[in-house]
Amino acid sequence: MDKQRRNFLKVAGATALAGITAPAVVKLTASEAMASSEHAAPAAGGHGEVEAPTGVRLGLVIDMRKLYGKPELMDKIIASCNKVHNIPHFENKKDEVKWIWKMPFENVFPEHSSYHESDLSKENEYFALCNHCDEPPCVRVCPTKATFKVEETGIIAMDYHRCIGCRFCMMGCPYGARSFNWFDPRPHIKEYNAEFPTRMRGVVEKCNFCGERLAKGLEPACVEAAKEVGALIFGDLNDPESEIRKVLAENHTIQRKPSLGTKPSVFYIV
Amino acid sequence: MYNKGTIIPGLAIFVLIVTSPLWLNAFMTGSTVPKVELPQGGEKQCVASATEMRANHMQLLNEWRDDVLRDGNRVTVMVDGKVYRKGLQMACMECHTNKEKFCDSCHEYASVKPYCWDCHLTPELAATKKETH
Repeated sequence: MDKQRRNFLKVAGATALAGITAPAVVKLTASEAMASSEHAAPAAGGHGEVEAPTGVRLGLVIDMRKLYGKPELMDKIIASCNKVHNIPHFENKKDEVKWIWKMPFENVFPEHSSYHESDLSKENEYFALCNHCDEPPCVRVCPTKATFKVEETGIIAMDYHRCIGCRFCMMGCPYGARSFNWFDPRPHIKEYNAEFPTRMRGVVEKCNFCGERLAKGLEPACVEAAKEVGALIFGDLNDPESEIRKVLAENHTIQRKPSLGTKPSVFYIV
Repeated sequence: MYNKGTIIPGLAIFVLIVTSPLWLNAFMTGSTVPKVELPQGGEKQCVASATEMRANHMQLLNEWRDDVLRDGNRVTVMVDGKVYRKGLQMACMECHTNKEKFCDSCHEYASVKPYCWDCHLTPELAATKKETH
């Protein structure tokens, strides 16, 4: 009896010791491999040159210089989008559904100081729309994959068939680019575009970079409406020969909330 | 056999009640197989044969939906020299313009309630709010 108890205590003690020391041993032996893999990976993030993803990545440059003092033109551009996509109009700001809209400078660029603001940015409103981010937070939070990135184009698209209306994406989007249909939108649509569906009550919607028009070889509706002044430049950000890349190379552009690391595809010349 | 007088008429009544749905179906006109309205424009050809469309149009629509929305594949479909764009509004309703007389006639008969029309527009509805200028 006594002997058995003695053996049991020995084994128990040895096991406890092994258990305590095991993590330390594992750490010591694994640390070398981990350190080397860390070295191999390039330093990501930071404020240096951001590595461009491969493939087509559609983007938009908004040349605000050509829109200053022209609120009617901006309204016309917004109206053209609304018409093409059967977007409802609600009087109450809380119920608003918007794909492209205008806001004061400090709302579009809250990270930029508006202390001693220029007259231009005081007197004008700025366009805002979905940024079709390279690192889209809305896609990360969507529980049904109703919103997703189209790998071929970089467009952040929505499949309204799958949207359950949980509004996680609206929380995720730092740009307020998503709207919820609190009501049946149909009575609030001015005129129907028979080529495009409406939405139903209870789904989220947003700009789709006119994927359906691109397929037909057309430019996005807003770009087309802004043609008269050429204020919106649309194209492939990954194609060094594209017009948008030329514009980006020649002008200083800013993005909305760049520090969040969402890597927007929409640029502004202000 | 005991009680022949009650058992045989009882059996006859029982059989009659059990087979009553068959009799009702044979002599009543309440439920006839619906007749769909064919395209008014006189189109004879669809993307597939009528039997196949009748059986599998829902799968086809789902495939088209996934192609267009998920995979970004909006390539048109060509059947017998006619080009169709993938879409309920852009292909189907171009010929089958009357949703009530085409889609609904069968769906109501079969008691299926597809949610297509929550978002998709029928040509009739789209025409109610059309550009006036």
